[in-house]
Amino acid sequence: MSKMQIKLTVNGRERELLAEPRELLIHLLREELNLTGPHIGCDTSHCGACTVEMDGKSVKSCTVFAAQANGAEVTTIEGLAEPGSLNVLQSAFREHHGLQCGFCTPGMITRAHRLLQENPDPSEEEVRFGMAGNLCRCTGYQNIVKSILAAATELNAAKEAAE
Amino acid sequence: MIPGAFEYYRPRGVEDAIAILQQHGDDARVMAGGHSLIPMMKLRMADVPHLIDLQDIASLKGITVSAGQVTLGAMVTQHELINSAELREAAPVLRETALQIADPQVRYCGTIGGNVANGDPGNDMPALMQCLDAEFTLVGPNGSRAIKAREFYEAAYMTGREDDEILTAIRFDVSGAGYAYEKQKRKIGDYATAAAAVLLTRENGMCTGASVALTNLSDVPVWSQAAGAALEGTDCNDAAIKAAVKAALAEADPTEDNRGPVAFKLHVAGIIIERAIRTAWQRA
Repeated sequence: MSKMQIKLTVNGRERELLAEPRELLIHLLREELNLTGPHIGCDTSHCGACTVEMDGKSVKSCTVFAAQANGAEVTTIEGLAEPGSLNVLQSAFREHHGLQCGFCTPGMITRAHRLLQENPDPSEEEVRFGMAGNLCRCTGYQNIVKSILAAATELNAAKEAAE
Repeated sequence: MIPGAFEYYRPRGVEDAIAILQQHGDDARVMAGGHSLIPMMKLRMADVPHLIDLQDIASLKGITVSAGQVTLGAMVTQHELINSAELREAAPVLRETALQIADPQVRYCGTIGGNVANGDPGNDMPALMQCLDAEFTLVGPNGSRAIKAREFYEAAYMTGREDDEILTAIRFDVSGAGYAYEKQKRKIGDYATAAAAVLLTRENGMCTGASVALTNLSDVPVWSQAAGAALEGTDCNDAAIKAAVKAALAEADPTEDNRGPVAFKLHVAGIIIERAIRTAWQRA
């Protein structure tokens, strides 16, 4: 099967490459573009370690073909903050010990980013439900929830201050 | 993890998609959200030499509520179902059900059409569509036809859809019925051990219309006419509910798997059906 031309915007930068249609977006990101933050934790679309943002949606990039992503806008963990700085969620995960091995973290934070866009002031229950597509083997989730709630509080305070 | 190679198509119209299906027969398949098909392709349980991605077909999108009818484009995602204000008003049971399907990421991609056309008895929407007495529109080389959800499912992964047809839309009547979708599952994202969809109409304290359907308790979704009949004309008292549960269970035919043996599944189903009836009656 022939390779096809894939054009997509990743972390704000237009990229053009050749890929087999069957190549999964996660492999395209990791192997072609060297964005190795998103991880692969399963082969059944459960774990969410490969979560990236695609056209304003949290998607598991292990369940999207490169061909489907043609023309899409993708953000990975590498694109969430300005180089050399941390975004609010990244700081909060550090502050509140929301990670241990760090393998689920890129997917967790990318998903949490979208969750807070859609629900800027979630309850604990809403955070747990909104993060249910992301598995973690280390933290027991408690500190991940704390991190996300803290980030929400900080974002809301900043928004209020700006108004 | 690694799917077999395929040729990829992204047509902009249903007719173009059907033409590709016709050209390649069994070797071609349409893909909606991809969240059942891609996992199967990654396990090499599905081999699709010609993959037709429906994402660019605008006519398959959109939620319409008009003249007492809800029409859902097949490519409407679970996320869109959950967040549609007009659907929340017209058919709140869809939101209740969709929130029990999969997880956030899957719901951004997975579509209503894919869910109902897949044919996996684990999917939740098929029984709900039977409960709602929904109608599916299928478009093929010879035009379009409608088929009732209650007549669509033949066996696991076997449906009334022909290989060269595409399920394009789902239609059902708006009703003010009390509703419930109750689902027992092992964890988030799991298919049901047992689930039940119930719609009940209440007039002057009496049940004047009842529809009961079951998920993952047979190789197809089960709409139990007898369970509905046991509730109609009663005030949904304990005896009527007991009779309805018994009638529904008589039509269940679960198989043993890692969700439990048959006796356990039937026990769980009895509890879930009763809960769904009680909740729907409260809301009626």
